[in-house]
Amino acid sequence: MSDTSAVHPDIAPRPPLPEPAAPRALRARLTGPLRPIGGALALLRESTVAMIGAGLVGFWVVVALLAPWLAPFDPNAQFVPFAPPGAPHPDGGTFLLGADHLGRDILSRVIWGSRAVLFYAPVATGCAFAVGIVMGLLAGYKRGWVDDVLSRLSDIILSFPILVLYVVIISTFGASGINIVLAVTFASAPGIMRIVRGLVLDLRNRDYVAAAQTRGESTAWIMFVEILPNARGPLIVDACLRLGYTIITIGVLGFLGLGLPPPDPDWGGMVNQTRSMATFAPHMTIFPVIAISSLVLGFNLLADGIREISLKD
Amino acid sequence: MLVFLGKRLAFMALTMLAVSILLFLLLEVNGDAVAVKVLGPYTTDEQRALWLVANGYDRPLYVRYFEWLGNILRGDFGQSIRFRVPVSEVLWPRLANTAILGAVTFGVMIPLALVLGVLAGMREGSRLDRSISVGSIVTTSIPEFASAVLLTFLFVFWLGWLPGTSAMNDGFAWRELVLPVTVLVLYGFGYIARMTRASMAEVMQTPYIRTAVLKGLPYRQVILRHALRNALIAPFTVIMLQINWLLSGVIVVEFFFAYKGFGALLLEASLNQDIYLIQACAMVAVFVAVTTQTIADIGYTYLNPRIRFA
Repeated sequence: MSDTSAVHPDIAPRPPLPEPAAPRALRARLTGPLRPIGGALALLRESTVAMIGAGLVGFWVVVALLAPWLAPFDPNAQFVPFAPPGAPHPDGGTFLLGADHLGRDILSRVIWGSRAVLFYAPVATGCAFAVGIVMGLLAGYKRGWVDDVLSRLSDIILSFPILVLYVVIISTFGASGINIVLAVTFASAPGIMRIVRGLVLDLRNRDYVAAAQTRGESTAWIMFVEILPNARGPLIVDACLRLGYTIITIGVLGFLGLGLPPPDPDWGGMVNQTRSMATFAPHMTIFPVIAISSLVLGFNLLADGIREISLKD
Repeated sequence: MLVFLGKRLAFMALTMLAVSILLFLLLEVNGDAVAVKVLGPYTTDEQRALWLVANGYDRPLYVRYFEWLGNILRGDFGQSIRFRVPVSEVLWPRLANTAILGAVTFGVMIPLALVLGVLAGMREGSRLDRSISVGSIVTTSIPEFASAVLLTFLFVFWLGWLPGTSAMNDGFAWRELVLPVTVLVLYGFGYIARMTRASMAEVMQTPYIRTAVLKGLPYRQVILRHALRNALIAPFTVIMLQINWLLSGVIVVEFFFAYKGFGALLLEASLNQDIYLIQACAMVAVFVAVTTQTIADIGYTYLNPRIRFA
């Protein structure tokens, strides 16, 4: 398929997309190199669900990137406590979504909060995938004792109820961005490792792997250049789902008081700090709730759409 | 079968052992830090040193670990720092409360998820299928604390039908259980429904279902007598694994609704660095999770004749 990547995405023949995640997914098919984003968008157009998901995610990505220009006020500056939505701002302008109990503009905090969550969630998920993929490739390709050790290790970590693990780790090491990334990596890598291992067990017996072995390629080359690119389909769907989960995790940790340290805005923390006053000032709580729900929904719809598209082929 | 059972139980014991080592290392490897947590931050070095010796923290790590493990096996989890009573006195009543919450949640969630999953999987790609699938994605995408906020706005502030907290201060009240259960069900049912749907859709494409349809059986009988039996094997495993998920979910929900359960206890212990209580809660949580996992494995093997008679 590699020769088609130069053709305009609209007229290029559709590349075969990999199967969905387990159980049928274990037959990840040979696909071309990562296609340009234009091609990906053309593919997404086949599924309404995927388009809606991509739209929601895209919206928040743009908001996060443009936060300094979009946010009307400093997210941590205190003005008029409990100002309702639409109330005038003392320095001119209005509190479009109102102000919280400390008088901070909620719109600005929601906008800046998207930055925090869209930075830490992809970083944490990326780290988890890096570790999980290496573990899975080693376990699936090397087999033997490496496989045994890695598999038992992940069984043990996966036996923890996930939030129990997060709460214990974060409360022990302290709440900070880096600790959230480490905790997510620790808790998610075993699950990713299982998926990768399953895919590798199927792919390692393919002819092109045998060919590479005959050529005398190194183990690392075979794992990362021959096997990994062919396993990427189910992994992309899984990454979308996991990004959604990680966003929920970051939100939940913030809600439980174990999230990013104050005063910087964090959607979960905003809900926690304001919910006791929601009887008389519901606007303080409702907007962060809508923000996090719509972002997670975006990733989940995207994952479902990609799976749907891949099933059509 | 016996060999299989033995293997599963041995693995379960090994997992618990590994988890206990992990927890012990995480929380107790540094004796000085333990002393600070127990005695508080405003103590002198001598006070801490005395406490460490008095409580045997001057001994090697492995001696302390085995003593700790022995105590736990006898049900002695030590003293809670926050509540100033033995951990077991706080732990078991809280666990019982969570068991009630969990049982009611499962009682509502499982039938709902199975029925929706079967309905969706019966005719793959139908309008009903699509709406159930998308609906379950939407409910699964809303974090528990977010749906708790939305439901509280709707049923507590606006309609005034339900109480906003579930502390049960005046004894057990079903009304206070409604919102926590609804939040858990909304967040959790989608996963089981989707698994059931996938399993059902797969079964519907098998030759024996086609045979049943072609020999003129009523559709209802095809579904009830032929399809369901095989379609429900996979969801069964998932249902058991949901107990693991539920132990996470109750932390958020119990905290939100001030329900006096196990999840809220674990959170309170963690936020206050009550290490003996954290250890006890985490060990209990993993024990419940691993036990249900083992039961799921055994049950799956038993339910699936292709494995049972192999």
